[in-house]
Amino acid sequence: MSATTTPPDQALVLEGPLVAHAPASLWRDTVRHVLRQRSAVAGLVLLGIIILAAVLADVLTPYDPTDQLFGVAGAQRLAPPCIHLLGCPESQAQWVMGLDQNNRDVFSRVLHGARVSLQVGVVTVSFAIVVGTLIGAVAGYLGGWVDNLLMRLMDVLLAFPALVLAIFLAVTFSSLDLPLFGDPLFNAMLAIGIVSIPVYARVMRASVLSIRERDFVTASRALGESAGGILFRRVLPNALTPLIVQGTLGIATAVLEVAALSFLGIGAQEPTAEWGAMIGQVRNLMFQAPHLVLFPGAALALSVLGFNLLGDGLRDALDPRLNR
Amino acid sequence: MIQFVLRRILLSLPVIFGIVFLVFVLTRLLPGDPCRAALGERATAAVCDAFIHRYGLDLPIPQQFLSYLGQLVTGDLGRSIRQGRPVAAILVERMPVTLELTFFALLFAVIVGVGLGRLAARRRNSPLDVGTMVIANLGVSVPVFVLGLVLAYLFAVVLRGTPLALPPSGSLASGVQHKALADAWGMTDVTGFPRAVMDFVSHMVILSSLITGQWAPFLDGLKHMILPAVALGTIPMAIIARMTRSSMLDVLGLDYIRTARAKGAPERIVVGRHAFRNAMLPVVTVVGLSLGALLSGAVLTESIFLLPGIGRTLFEAIQGRDYIVVQALTLITAITYVVINLLVDISYAYLDPRIRLR
Repeated sequence: MSATTTPPDQALVLEGPLVAHAPASLWRDTVRHVLRQRSAVAGLVLLGIIILAAVLADVLTPYDPTDQLFGVAGAQRLAPPCIHLLGCPESQAQWVMGLDQNNRDVFSRVLHGARVSLQVGVVTVSFAIVVGTLIGAVAGYLGGWVDNLLMRLMDVLLAFPALVLAIFLAVTFSSLDLPLFGDPLFNAMLAIGIVSIPVYARVMRASVLSIRERDFVTASRALGESAGGILFRRVLPNALTPLIVQGTLGIATAVLEVAALSFLGIGAQEPTAEWGAMIGQVRNLMFQAPHLVLFPGAALALSVLGFNLLGDGLRDALDPRLNR
Repeated sequence: MIQFVLRRILLSLPVIFGIVFLVFVLTRLLPGDPCRAALGERATAAVCDAFIHRYGLDLPIPQQFLSYLGQLVTGDLGRSIRQGRPVAAILVERMPVTLELTFFALLFAVIVGVGLGRLAARRRNSPLDVGTMVIANLGVSVPVFVLGLVLAYLFAVVLRGTPLALPPSGSLASGVQHKALADAWGMTDVTGFPRAVMDFVSHMVILSSLITGQWAPFLDGLKHMILPAVALGTIPMAIIARMTRSSMLDVLGLDYIRTARAKGAPERIVVGRHAFRNAMLPVVTVVGLSLGALLSGAVLTESIFLLPGIGRTLFEAIQGRDYIVVQALTLITAITYVVINLLVDISYAYLDPRIRLR
């Protein structure tokens, strides 16, 4: 009798969730997990803003990042920020982050710097992931003396404080008189890339070792799949999660370290709008014109924060052991 | 335990050998004529031949590597091209500055980091916890050189004239005198190794003025140390705070904590004694690992705060293309790092007996 007393609209509500749950693909599941992490969402928002700024840098900024503003009303070396809304006289041209030591608009340089830093981070880490993954896969799959040799090499790279080794490598590359090493920023990126290889090699090797012995790998081997096929079609997809997490956190480190090298003068050079180089060139002017350090510094810190938050969030979302 | 220590030492030998080899190979890649770099552009061919022969640069590379190893073992790190004196002498002068800076940075990182992490774990999900973790996340994201410059601006310019003002550079104010150990103790006739040790300690301004009772340079040195130590220590502080929090939360969820609470132990004792001690184990590892970050950061911090330490020397040597110094300092830093990691591993095994059995 109770079934007949249920009003028709309530019956519909009961059916609702059953329908909504039907297709749960791996990717949709992952996205749902990631979006549930507060830090991942905060990181995504932050990075979204920075990527937008980088993409729209030409549209959003009034001047070219390398233009020296001469003859513009009120333009002078180290001019502090001038915002009309905040009471800066209308007779002056507006620059929200002030001008730098060469009369260039800091706002334009900071936004264009986002392009440089994002590219630097992604390219450097991609290089490290590709090389590191290869090394880790070969070491883990072949085992024996190859494994020993490669992993001891990684130990040696890890034994240096990262920035010290990167400085040494970058300087060595720059002093080699080869066309490949002509651009100091490229040398800095390569140095940071090499220094970050061991992390990915270790992650990949660990994954290979644990996955190699699983039944589905034995099955594909029995079916006659080649070693390369097993590595790329069976092992790599299963090792992606830790690589993605490490990679995201690695971009934060890479951005920071390339900026540090540029700050020391062995990365990006004048007139490239790179945050670390911008700060390094004006460090002695800090007390007269703090805006020259504060704005690129904040941009740098926020991008690093964005990648760190996203990486932490991804780790919490993708690591099943942490799902309490 | 002894067996464990010996095995760890043996395992780190190949790594140290690898470091030496890598640094050797990279330095041999450096272009330029070592003879004319050392003796000047106008050295004649005959002089250069003699020079190359004397330094063994005409020998096969493997033999050169062996003699380089031999030099290292006897403590000969070469001679600076720019400063014209042995690298060992530069080390005695500059290393102590970095050691002192690293010590205070680590002190700041551990005290503040562990304190914040503990606080956050005890009041999980409270505004205090969220605030602490926001600080920690910001802390790992602000570059050392940005934080250093901003701190210097804040405390030396904005707060100038207030009691909170702090000096932005150097290790002592210009009027403050600091006597070296040998002078303070009237032992100027001591020479050789004991003298080198005394000079080494003398370059740690704060430590040496403390042990000789020179209070003016002691206090002034501390004042100059605050900003660089905070700038350098912030990233490790943030990492330690996060590690302490998560480790405390892990431990606080264990059965023996429930038992301690059930038998009526006050919360202060449960958290402070039962949980805290066990939660510190992973933190020790993090402290050890952050030493690499500290050594890296020292290059940036010292060049911002104009401290004459290893980091700044390394940077100046790079700019001056003083390859011998670059090579020696890179090598020393890396080996120091390996040794510190070894000590951390050993202390970890001492704290947690289960490690030894693996």
